Amino acid sequence: MTMLSIRNLHAAVEGKAILKGLSLEVMAGEVHAIMGPNGSGKSTLAHVLSGREGYEVTEGSIVFEGKDLLAMSPEERARDGVFLAFQYPVEIPGVNNVYMLKAALNAIRRHRGEPELDAVDFLRLIKEKAMLVQMDERFLSRAVNEGFSGGEKKRNEILQMAVLEPKLALLDETDSGLDIDALRVVANGVNQLRRSDRAIVMITHYQRLLEHIVPDFVHVLAGGRIVRSGGRDLAVTLEERGYDWLKEEAA
Amino acid sequence: MSTAATANLLPEFERVSASLPGDARVAERRRAALARFAASGFPSQRDEAWRYTSTAGLARRKHSVAIDTPVNLARGRAALAAAGAWDGPQCVFVDGSHRPDLSNAVAAAGLRIRPFAAAVAEDGRIGERFAGWGGEELSPMISLNAAFAADGVVIDVADGAEHGEPLRLLFVMTADVRDRAVFPRVIVRAGQRSSLAVVEQYVGESAADGFTNTVTQIHAGEGARVTHYRLQDESPKAYHVGNLIVSQERASEVVSHSLSFGALLARQDIHIMLSGPESSVTLNGLYMAEGRQHVDHHTRIDHFEPTTRSEEYYKGILGGHGRGVFNGKVVVHQHAIKTDAQQSNKNLLLSNDAEVDTKPELEIYADDVKCAHGATVGQLDEDALFYLRSRGLDESAARALLTYAFAGDILGRLGIARLQKELAARIAGRLPGAAEFLEAV
Ligand SMILES: Nc1ncnc2c1ncn2[C@@H]1O[C@H](COP(=O)(O)OP(=O)(O)O)[C@@H](O)[C@H]1O
Ligand SMILES: [Mg+2]
Repeated sequence: MTMLSIRNLHAAVEGKAILKGLSLEVMAGEVHAIMGPNGSGKSTLAHVLSGREGYEVTEGSIVFEGKDLLAMSPEERARDGVFLAFQYPVEIPGVNNVYMLKAALNAIRRHRGEPELDAVDFLRLIKEKAMLVQMDERFLSRAVNEGFSGGEKKRNEILQMAVLEPKLALLDETDSGLDIDALRVVANGVNQLRRSDRAIVMITHYQRLLEHIVPDFVHVLAGGRIVRSGGRDLAVTLEERGYDWLKEEAA
Repeated sequence: MSTAATANLLPEFERVSASLPGDARVAERRRAALARFAASGFPSQRDEAWRYTSTAGLARRKHSVAIDTPVNLARGRAALAAAGAWDGPQCVFVDGSHRPDLSNAVAAAGLRIRPFAAAVAEDGRIGERFAGWGGEELSPMISLNAAFAADGVVIDVADGAEHGEPLRLLFVMTADVRDRAVFPRVIVRAGQRSSLAVVEQYVGESAADGFTNTVTQIHAGEGARVTHYRLQDESPKAYHVGNLIVSQERASEVVSHSLSFGALLARQDIHIMLSGPESSVTLNGLYMAEGRQHVDHHTRIDHFEPTTRSEEYYKGILGGHGRGVFNGKVVVHQHAIKTDAQQSNKNLLLSNDAEVDTKPELEIYADDVKCAHGATVGQLDEDALFYLRSRGLDESAARALLTYAFAGDILGRLGIARLQKELAARIAGRLPGAAEFLEAV
C-alpha cells in the first residue's frame, strides 16, 4: 500500500527555491535512503514533510495515507504517525524528557482513541525502550537534550521514535556525529523498529549508515530533484564516484 | 503645580483616626506620616522610581478605609478556601483585620506572634518604631501605610530559636465594600542565630477592587536566617502596593521570594540593607501579567559592609497587554570591599502587545568587588515549539509547557514542596493548554 506519495514538489525557503520538482513514492514496510551532497535540500524535504513553518510549498502535492499532508498542522501529522528524527535536535531547558514524551504519547493515543498511559505504565514503557538504544536511564529524567552530546541526542531521537511508534519515520542524518559504536547501537535500534506496516526514510550524506540499516531503495537528491533511484548498489557507486557525475547529469 | 493626588484619603484619616491603634504619641506620628504623604501625594511618573508605573488609576478611586465596618466573614471564608489549604501555623486577616477565629498560630518556644493592633497598644515602642524606623524617605507609600496601619502582625524570634515550619500570614480581601483600602504592617525581629520562615499571601474575591498598601519590616540579627515569601495573588481588579524593608546584621542570611500573579496594578518595592559584614541576601522573583495587568518590582540592595553578598534572580512572563517593570538597584558603598553582587532578570513576552522595561542600576563606590548583572527579554523559542509540535503536542500545550519551563527554576528555588505545587498549579492555570501536561509535573 502506498504510504507516502510526493508529486512534483517545489519548495522555497526565504524566497529561494530549494526543491524543484521532487517526486517520491514510499510503500508501507519499505526503507528508503535519500542521499545527496550538502545543501541539496535533504533537510528541507524533511522539514516540509513534518510541517515546519517558513518552508513555502509553491507547487506539487504530498499525500500521506490518502490525506493531503500539506493541509495538516505539525501536531496533526505527528498524531497521524509522521515522525522526524532531527538532524539537529533542539535543547529544551526546563522540560523534562519523560514528561515531554508522556505528553506526546498521550496526545497521540487520544488521537487514536486509545486510553492514556498513567505515570507508572509510561515509566515501564520508556525504560524498556531505552534499552533498545542502550540509553542510560539517567538521561530520561534530564531536560530534553540539554547538555547531551551529539550522539546522546541522536539516541534520544530514536528512543522517541521507539516510544511514539510512527507509521512513517524520517531520519535526518541520524548517523552524523556518531562514533562507530554509537552508530551500531542506533542502527540496531532502528532495525528493530522495522515493520511491515512502517516506512522509514533515511536521509544521509554518507553510505556508512546504509551498511548498518540496509535500505530497499536509494535515491539521489541533487539540484532539488531526485536525479537517480536504485537499490543498495547505487550507494556503493556513490561512495566510489562521489556526487559530481550526477550533478553534471542533472544539469 | 497641581495639588498632590491623595484621593479621599485625607478626609478618611480624619474619619477613622480615633479608631486606629496606639497611644497619643503614636497618633502624633501617624499624623506626621499623613502630612508627608499629603505633601507628595501618590507618586507621579515624573518621579524616576515610578517612571513606568502610573498611579493615576489608583489616585482616582474613592477609597474607603472601612476599619469601622464589620467584616463580612462569610465572604472571607469563601475567599480563604480559594487561597489553598495550609496545615501549618497561620494568621488570617480579612479585609485588613486579624481573625483569631480563622487563625491557628502556634506559641512555640522563643517565638512570639502578636496581632499588630494589640502589639502597638501594649508596647508604644513598636509604635514608635513602625512609624519612625520604616524608611519613609523611600516612598510616600510607606508614609501612607504608617499613617493608616491598623493591623498586621509583630513576630519576635528569641536569640537562638529556630523555627523551620513556615508561618503563613494570609490577607484576604473581600468585595464587600467597594474600593476598600487596607494597610497591613508586618514586623519581624529575628534574634541572633535564630531562624524563621514567613509566607505572606494576598488573595481576594474576584470582584474585590480594593487597594492594599502593605509594609513589611524584617530585622535579621547577627547570624539569623530569615526566609520570606510573598505571594501576591489578588483579584485582577485590585491595586496592590507592597514594601519590604530588610536590615541585616553580621553574617545573617535572608532569602526573599516575591511571586506576583494578581492585581490590576501591582508594585513591589524591596529594600535590603546589608548592614553587617558577611551578611547575605538572595532575592528570587517571578511575576506574571496578562490582560491589562501591570506589575512592577523595584529592588534596591545596599552593601554597607565588607564581604557582603547579594544574589538576585527574577523572571517575568508577560502576555496579553500585560506590562512588566523590573528595576534592580545595587549600591556598593565605599566601605563594602569584597562585595559579591549578582543580578539576573529574564523576561518572556507571550504576545506582541505585552511589554517590559527592565533596568539594572549598579552604583559601585568600593574597590575589589565582584558585580555582574544581566537582563534579557525574549519570546518562546520557535525551534523548541516546532520540536514539541512535531512530537504531537498541540500548539497551546507546547507553548504552555515552554512557558512553564521558563518559570520552573524559580519554583525550584522555593524550598517548600507544598508551595511549589500550589504555585505550579497557579501558573499552569493561567496557561491555556497546560492541562495536557500538568498532571505530569
Ligand atoms: N531556514 C533557512 N533559511 C535560509 N536558507 C535555508 C534554510 N534552510 C535551508 N536553507 C538553504 O536551503 C538549502 C538546502 O538546505 P538543506 O535542506 O539543509 O540541505 P541538506 O540537508 O541537503 O544539507 C541550502 O542552500 C541552505 O542554505
Ligand atoms: Mg541536512
